[in-house]
Amino acid sequence: MLVGKALIGLAMSGTYSANAFALAPASPQAAAISQLFVGTLIYLGAIFALVTFLVLYAIIRYRDRPGAPEARQNFGSRKLEIIWTVVPILSLIVLAGFTVRTMIVSDPPTANADPDLRIVAHQWWWEIYYMKTGVVTANEIHIPAGKRLLVEFRSADVIHDFWAPALGRKIDIVPGHPNRLWIEADQVGTYLGMCAEFCGNEHAWMRFLVIAEPPGQFAAWMKEQLAAPPSPTTADEQLGAKIYHESICTNCHVASVGPDLTHLASRRTLAAGALDNTPENLAAWLRDPDQFKPGSNMPNFELSDDKVRALVAYLETQK
Amino acid sequence: MKQAAIPDTLGGESFEEEAREGWLSWVSSVDHKKLGIMYLLGSFFFFLVGGILALLMRVQLAAPNNHFLSPQVYNQFFTMHGTTMVFLVLVPMLVGFATYMVPLMIGARDMAFPRLNALSFWVQIFGGLMLYFSFATSGVNGGAPAVGWFSYAPLSETAYSYGPGVNYWILGLLGIGVGTITAGINLIATIICLRAPGMSIRRVPLFVWMTMITAFLIVVVMPILNAGLVMLLIDRLLNAHFFRADSGGSAVLWQHVFWAFGHPEVYIMILPAFGIISEVIPVFSGKPIYGYDFVAASTLAIAFLSLAVWAHHMFAVGLGHAFDLFFAISSFAIAVPTGVKIFNWTATLYQGRIRFTTSMLFALGFLLMFTIGGLSGVAFAAVPIDWQMTDSYFVVAHIHYVLFGGTMFALFAGVYYWFPKISGRMLNERWGKVHFWLTLIGFNLTFMIQHVLGMLGMPRRVFTYPALPGWAEMNMASTIGAFVLAFSVLIFMVNIAISLRSGAVAGDNPWDAWTLEWATTSPPPPENFTHGVPPIRGRRPLWDLAHPDRTDEMMMKLVK
Ligand code: HEC
Ligand SMILES: [Cu+2]
Repeated sequence: MLVGKALIGLAMSGTYSANAFALAPASPQAAAISQLFVGTLIYLGAIFALVTFLVLYAIIRYRDRPGAPEARQNFGSRKLEIIWTVVPILSLIVLAGFTVRTMIVSDPPTANADPDLRIVAHQWWWEIYYMKTGVVTANEIHIPAGKRLLVEFRSADVIHDFWAPALGRKIDIVPGHPNRLWIEADQVGTYLGMCAEFCGNEHAWMRFLVIAEPPGQFAAWMKEQLAAPPSPTTADEQLGAKIYHESICTNCHVASVGPDLTHLASRRTLAAGALDNTPENLAAWLRDPDQFKPGSNMPNFELSDDKVRALVAYLETQK
Repeated sequence: MKQAAIPDTLGGESFEEEAREGWLSWVSSVDHKKLGIMYLLGSFFFFLVGGILALLMRVQLAAPNNHFLSPQVYNQFFTMHGTTMVFLVLVPMLVGFATYMVPLMIGARDMAFPRLNALSFWVQIFGGLMLYFSFATSGVNGGAPAVGWFSYAPLSETAYSYGPGVNYWILGLLGIGVGTITAGINLIATIICLRAPGMSIRRVPLFVWMTMITAFLIVVVMPILNAGLVMLLIDRLLNAHFFRADSGGSAVLWQHVFWAFGHPEVYIMILPAFGIISEVIPVFSGKPIYGYDFVAASTLAIAFLSLAVWAHHMFAVGLGHAFDLFFAISSFAIAVPTGVKIFNWTATLYQGRIRFTTSMLFALGFLLMFTIGGLSGVAFAAVPIDWQMTDSYFVVAHIHYVLFGGTMFALFAGVYYWFPKISGRMLNERWGKVHFWLTLIGFNLTFMIQHVLGMLGMPRRVFTYPALPGWAEMNMASTIGAFVLAFSVLIFMVNIAISLRSGAVAGDNPWDAWTLEWATTSPPPPENFTHGVPPIRGRRPLWDLAHPDRTDEMMMKLVK
């Protein structure tokens, strides 16, 4: 238990101070799995201890040494064979029972409900739609704590996998095979998630955050996302807005080829977890995305320092 | 045939070994012993290559946000590492031992089809070279395949992998597949047709038995892979749509095809290893294997069940609870015969007189390490645990406990056991023990911690990771372990080199073992048994020969 606590501490005080520990569940679904997992580990650990003991005892007791008795030529025992066939079968039937129960709790049926969220996985970033309000965001999923939301998953290209260990099961996102899953966090907190199916170059930087907020705060966030971001005021901001809206950026960033940037400044990370969202990092990213995410689909436009400064000034207002 | 035929040894056609000298005598050989040695050397070469790839990956992962390898290169490396270790190391190493040992163990003169034997080997080697040739393809999209060893579509389709890497992967594996299938057919024919008089199928050494079951599995499942590979190749080169969801194909279909082959493949890699263990543990315990019939029958059960568990690799795909449950239950079921084996090997130790040779140490290491891998496999069969831990470092740890802690340990046990027979000299035991302990320590240091990393949310196949607390330290420990492991392999190579030159002369039967390969000289003469095969009245002909007053037959009657 102590070790477990220490590990939770480890997992939670990270760069994103986000929990990604499968045994520190923050939802009923994850709790059910964690329980089954711990129980199974204890059961399997006991078997391993038994085998280890039997082997060690035998090799010490029956080691070859001067005066050791000659090896006994015996060929087996039907009785023992039956015992070590039947006992494991019985114990596995018990484990199968727990498995079924945990499956139902950790992945409740999803039919007959409209999805609250649609998550589209792209090569190396996540697009999140709130079906009821129309809000679109990226790489960051806000949910009200204590409420179960139904998510529908789509892939824009290859197979990805949605995995937030503290919240429950992972699920593959297969092109042509939409999947659905209830997600939920019963405690306010930030949970780290990632793509768990190898999906090409930047699979390592296809992370996301699930931010579970008290319902009031969640509603406020939603309102902010629905509001138009403030208009640019300073010269830099205006120049930035011009570049952003009139040059190439919107070809991708309004067309789901890249993440929606309307409220970029309200997000915590950039490029699906590769960077913390700070003005310095944003500038560095715009100058050379490949430095942080080599192979990503955001091109390097060789922007001049002035343009970068202007874009950063503008994007930083987009709360 | 110049010599008179020895009446009680059988072997396909007979060939005149022309007096070729040097490397030509190897390249042109159809002798199962020479081919067996070449299999072993070839797969050991690829083991070094695959191991170096692994070391480079571990260097990259030693620290968070590391830039030692680019993601492009890292992704090629893990793809090639996995493909190499499965197709070019473990399977051919086991086939190599089988090619060398099976004819000897059943008292035959050669394999049933010696020429086919040579074909199997060379096709397999050229398949491997074809695969590695992909590194030489240049350009932005050049290089080796970077899609993982199971090459999931549509990532492996041209839309996402436009370079030729995946084509080389397909063609290389087709070659390897053909080589493996023909080897399987040859082993089946050999074991069924060429057993010396007296050796009924229920008297064959367990290594032979398990090799035969494996060979059947190979013949049943390798063609599934080859069919899938051809479909993928048609998709890629002729624009078909088998696995392309955007134009009516199915990405899930590839997974079914791949794992219908891929899971039995795991047993192809472990059953012959079980066979080696079933030879080594009894010999160094001074006892017959405990429960021969049950060990043999459980192998059959495993082989059948292995055909019905493939979708436990697909629990995360979202194919429905009923579907998942079917494969969960079949996967639980396969644990039972596997457990039966573990218990029988353990029981063999009891009331024995255990000699701690290096071979035995590796076999005992196998027993415990494989048990860890097998048990974490049971955890994966419990569907919700799989939903959490699959595709994480927990699964990386699991496969390495099975394939390294299991198969590789067994292979090392086999090398120390049979090296005297193959070379005529003993492998140095002192170096051997250093090798064993370094392997055991390095292996556990590398992989045990990865279970924890998986639980903390580290996905597999990532070229780097953020500086989450504890991750740097744990990954560094794992990297250090990998270097200890690499160092142990160096020791092993030094040992081989020294022992080949100045090892003690082995004699026919240095271990007091009982199976037929120990009845002939070390190394055996070209046609294996110049003085004929000893009479076979039980499972341990050499025991019977040495103890005419209490042969196995007599002792078994006593028990009944
Ligand atoms: C060819 C399409 C494309 C164009 C044109 C493009 N981007 Fe991007 N952009 C992307 C993609 C794809 C990503 C996501 C990269 C990733 O995380 O893998 C991205 C990511 C970003 C991000 C980080 C967003 C986040 O939430 O993490 C910013 C900021 C950004 N782009 C700004 C710009 C600006 C400013 C321009 C115009 C100068 C621009 N982009 C033009 C494709 C594009
Ligand atoms: Cu992905």
